[in-house]
Amino acid sequence: MSGKAVIIGAYEHPGRDLPDRSAAQIHAEVASGALADAGLGRQDVDGYFCNGQLGFGAISLAEYIGLKNLRYTDSTFTGGSSYLCHVGHAALAVASGKCRIALVTQGARVRGIVRGPKLPPDTPEYPFEAPYGETNIGIYALAAQRHMHEYGTTSRQLAEVKAAAAFHAQYNPNALLRKPVTVDEVLASPLVADPLHRLDCCVVTDGGGAVIVTTPEIAAGLKRLSVKVLGHGEAIKHTMSGRVDMTYTAAVWSGPAAFKEASVTPSDIDYASIYDSFTITVLMTLEDLGFCKKGQGGAFAADGALRIGGRLPVNTDGGGLCNNHPGYQGGMVKIIEAVRQLRGEAQPEVQVKNCELALAHGTGGGISRLCSATLVLGRGDA
Amino acid sequence: MSGAELPVPIPPVAPEAKPFWDGAKSGRLMLPRCPQCSFVIWYPRQFCPECGQAPIDWFEATGLGVIYSFTVVRRGEGAYRDTPQYTLAIVELREGPRVLTNIIDCDAAQLRIGQAVRAVFCDAGESAALLRFRPLSVDDPG
Repeated sequence: MSGKAVIIGAYEHPGRDLPDRSAAQIHAEVASGALADAGLGRQDVDGYFCNGQLGFGAISLAEYIGLKNLRYTDSTFTGGSSYLCHVGHAALAVASGKCRIALVTQGARVRGIVRGPKLPPDTPEYPFEAPYGETNIGIYALAAQRHMHEYGTTSRQLAEVKAAAAFHAQYNPNALLRKPVTVDEVLASPLVADPLHRLDCCVVTDGGGAVIVTTPEIAAGLKRLSVKVLGHGEAIKHTMSGRVDMTYTAAVWSGPAAFKEASVTPSDIDYASIYDSFTITVLMTLEDLGFCKKGQGGAFAADGALRIGGRLPVNTDGGGLCNNHPGYQGGMVKIIEAVRQLRGEAQPEVQVKNCELALAHGTGGGISRLCSATLVLGRGDA
Repeated sequence: MSGAELPVPIPPVAPEAKPFWDGAKSGRLMLPRCPQCSFVIWYPRQFCPECGQAPIDWFEATGLGVIYSFTVVRRGEGAYRDTPQYTLAIVELREGPRVLTNIIDCDAAQLRIGQAVRAVFCDAGESAALLRFRPLSVDDPG
């Protein structure tokens, strides 16, 4: 598959608070945005990918958006990593000729709405976890606490992940939070679940985004600079029959698969979009993907590595921690910022020079059971 | 934080896990074990997810364990929305499984990873009790 599929259109909804829109409307708006970016129309789309959370799988939205020529569909749902899975699956579909032009959309409307139960009561693990007041941040806090215990990771190191994101976000006019934040300010914010503070948590936003995946041949006839899908990996990790290890994610499997397919190594990567539901998510993922040794994520971040000009600029749009995390799912935005970097269209202050190889990574679910998905992307003309 | 202050949501009891819930109701920790590969299974189910064996056996566990990780949640959701704070933890049972739970009857500031704890059961409706833990003490050295 490597290099046989490209991203030719990408669009992030500029809105973060959209009380007058429906989620379906946002899907339609981002579809139009990505198609316009690519120079394509609705009639050109023959593959459609979404997470299936709205309506009847992908069918309701295909109708609503006005996609009439669909011959391939996929509504894989893996939470926030869904969209990285979709791009991987779409790349395989166009590379094998199942479809020619695949559209992936995300649309969410959640702000000001109390989040309902995470799981329906007939989910097998529900009776053994939900009654204990399990929350998403509570579960990540358990992972952070254990990571601190095993590796000596500190709250200050976690806070630098937020401070780096905030540093980048000040240059993004659409970011929800644009004010720079210091490590001390993160530590001074209220604890939500020890050791995680309020500013260790991502934002909650409306909005979404879309990308278009096609073949290099079709992309050659279009005006925009394409981005090669060089590698893709995805993996599920769970509690392993009750022996959960919360110090690592499934990125230990999805990462090597993506790097192998792309025939590159972590040290080749110029820019990385790393899923940042919480600050601890970033540290663990950096370790699991091999950007630093296991347990050294905290020191890596504290060294300034994640900021523009650092060893590995991460989330130059401000990430989910400051910019955008639509509908509790940050994967689509992660892909779009990687596309911007490779096209040289990031905000000038945070554009990585000569960016030829980027990585985008998603983490969906909780940290006790999750799907990690990794994409290695390359500039189309490199 | 005492157990009495915590909500006790009633879990849905499926026939598959009834021996676990019946045990909890009578103050005993009953766990499923694979008769073929001896794996102690968590959460309860009627087959072994390690080797596929069905049916499985049930046995009474010690109720003793150590804290694998813990956190004080200060922003609860659902049934815990009005609970100012509570301790969410993963306890590693002496028999192997790591279970999500609450630590009760404790000063959260004194808790530490590796600390020994004992099972307590909090009545949750007519057919279940929640498996929670309290720290071992001088009076109860385990």
